[in-house]
Amino acid sequence: MKHTLAVLVENKSGVLSRVASLFSRRGYNIDSLAVGVTEDPKTSRMTIVVDGDDHVLEQVTKQLNKLVDVIKVSDIGGDEAVERELALIKVTADVNARTEIIQIADIFRARIVDVAPKSMTIEVTGDEAKIQAIEKLLRQFGIKEMVRTGKIALVRGPKKV
Amino acid sequence: MTTGSTEKVNGARALIKCLEEEGVDTIFGYPGGQIIPFYNELYDSNLRHILVRHEQAAAHAADGYARATGKTGVCVSTSGPGATNLVTGIATAYMDSVPIVALTGQVPTFLIGNDAFQEADIKGITQPITKHNYLVQDVNELPRIVKEAFHIASTGRPGPVLIDLPKDVQNAEIDFYYPDKVELRGYKPTYKGNIQQIKRAAEEISKSCMPIIYAGGGVISSNASAELVELAETINAPVTTTLLGIGAIPTEHPLYVGMLGMHGSKYANYAIQESDLIIAVGARFDDRVTGKLESFAPNARVIHIDVDPAEISKNVKVQIPIVGDAKQVLKSLNRYIKRCNSGAWIEKIKQWKKEYPLTYKQMSPDVIMPQFVVEQISEACKDAIIVTEVGQHQMWAAQFFKYKKPRTFITSGGLGTMGYGFPAAIGAKVGRPDKTVVNIAGDGSFQMNSQELATAVQNDIPVVSVILNNGYLGMVRQWQELFYDRRYSHTFIKGSVDFVKLAEAYGALGLRAERPSEVRPAIEEAVNSGRPAVVEVIVECEANVYPMVPAGAAINEILDMEEHADTPCAMPDLRKATADRVLDLEEQ
Repeated sequence: MKHTLAVLVENKSGVLSRVASLFSRRGYNIDSLAVGVTEDPKTSRMTIVVDGDDHVLEQVTKQLNKLVDVIKVSDIGGDEAVERELALIKVTADVNARTEIIQIADIFRARIVDVAPKSMTIEVTGDEAKIQAIEKLLRQFGIKEMVRTGKIALVRGPKKV
Repeated sequence: MTTGSTEKVNGARALIKCLEEEGVDTIFGYPGGQIIPFYNELYDSNLRHILVRHEQAAAHAADGYARATGKTGVCVSTSGPGATNLVTGIATAYMDSVPIVALTGQVPTFLIGNDAFQEADIKGITQPITKHNYLVQDVNELPRIVKEAFHIASTGRPGPVLIDLPKDVQNAEIDFYYPDKVELRGYKPTYKGNIQQIKRAAEEISKSCMPIIYAGGGVISSNASAELVELAETINAPVTTTLLGIGAIPTEHPLYVGMLGMHGSKYANYAIQESDLIIAVGARFDDRVTGKLESFAPNARVIHIDVDPAEISKNVKVQIPIVGDAKQVLKSLNRYIKRCNSGAWIEKIKQWKKEYPLTYKQMSPDVIMPQFVVEQISEACKDAIIVTEVGQHQMWAAQFFKYKKPRTFITSGGLGTMGYGFPAAIGAKVGRPDKTVVNIAGDGSFQMNSQELATAVQNDIPVVSVILNNGYLGMVRQWQELFYDRRYSHTFIKGSVDFVKLAEAYGALGLRAERPSEVRPAIEEAVNSGRPAVVEVIVECEANVYPMVPAGAAINEILDMEEHADTPCAMPDLRKATADRVLDLEEQ
């Protein structure tokens, strides 16, 4: 089962490496990890998607909490949360294919961010399912390159983690 | 100089002032190029510095010092190879939750990452084996970092902390000011147990007829022995300890059933297997303790008291977790408990003790049995601090010495580091000069750090090493005998060195015992000499550590010496089954 962890950490060098090596040493799998500074410049926030049963999740949470630089760990998978990923997809697009690609992008509220004689690059944000869906539709044209951020998430409503 | 005032000094001097502020009186170390500024300032300081002969020994000595005194041990080395030589000692301290602070020199900040001479990423290397570590990039951060390091090392679940000190940081000037408190948003250990949980535990205890207390190293490190004994006596429950828990209750206490697990007493293992309630205190259900997890204590409910929440339900499912410091939790728990209805249970355990005593066989009349040597040390040095290396002698020291107090048995449990004992004994003796310190060693382990004889002699640290010389790397030989058809691959080391001459070469006292009657006088002479001493005892070469629960077996599936005594080559069914299982495990 997949869990989304919001991890508040000290915004210091080396913290990412501590978290990453903890996962590899204890044999936990990271599906995705996104990190950036928060509203407080001394604090960074990691969003980690981890796959595992409740026992694994409990251990991951406890082991993360043991790191001195980790301030707080919250499992926000159970909460109603806004979850987003961003993907950039470069597809093969000659003159004939352009219209159809633009239509698909419109349907997904994606944006065309680059056009060249033989390619187009599409920027799309959304949850994982949406990104998978547009990827599937674009595949027929030939995806030359694709890059995705990890998931980031915020709990809905006034609550903070 | 008091906290609060400021003074212009360089980083190296500031570091020494920080150590003084932390109450450090002794450090163990070895100089080198990138730590010279620190050593230069040390020259004028009142700190006692014990110069070792290998940095690994500095880490082990700091560890031994910490375990014997309860204070934080400090070791120092240079960058690169000096720092990497500390690694085994740091890992040893990490696995056994020992508070040490390791200080390492580093190449100047502008060379870091350049593959400079004697550069190693020691912060990266020690990340998984320290509780926390630092690279000081600005001298102004140094006092705060040292303050935090000592705080982190010694509080919560203790452990090693490393501070990496680039040479230019040691030389840079600072207005010295030592902070009086730490602010760590992500580090707030829980000491006081949840009172509801404590009451639930008391309730659970009152319902139990077959309780057992399972005490680990946490009882020693939180100085909770008195509270532990009070708990045991009040509820009338047997106590078993882990290897690191030895000394938490006197060996001869009527409720003590000895160590449990792989080389535990039969009655301790039977008792925990049949118990209906395990009260675990400062212990972590290590695989050497539980054996096969699925068949561990099948009928028991578990109360687990530990300062580290991550240990709870890691290996064994726990019904009543209590996160907190062992001493504080036990103190509080002891207010709510009453005597259990455990009379019949205690009787049963007494029967087991009679039926399956911890003992050994004299294999032939003139030969010295290693267990006999430990018994002789126990009688000759009743109040000694016993330190060990790792292997068969370590288990015999755990089984046959009669411990009376906590912090009198010092051993590498988690990591199992051969070569730990001698330098750790030096550290213990430096910390507790009032005590006799005996390192019980094997001929294999002792050779891993025997160069420290020079340290002991130069600094006049009178530790006694008793080497149980069987001419083998004995524990591996035992496994080869039992599970690998006696194929003694590369475990024969007889005659590798004359330990008496080795001791004498360093200026220490060297003695040898070759018959049982010579053992006691040799030990006494060594202890009374007041000098660093080595007693080489030639012991039976194929004695085994029993009882033994083979790896991967349930802890009541016990091999005992009876099977071995007359027909050493015979492989009883259990042994065969175990050999297969070992192979299976290895194939996985």
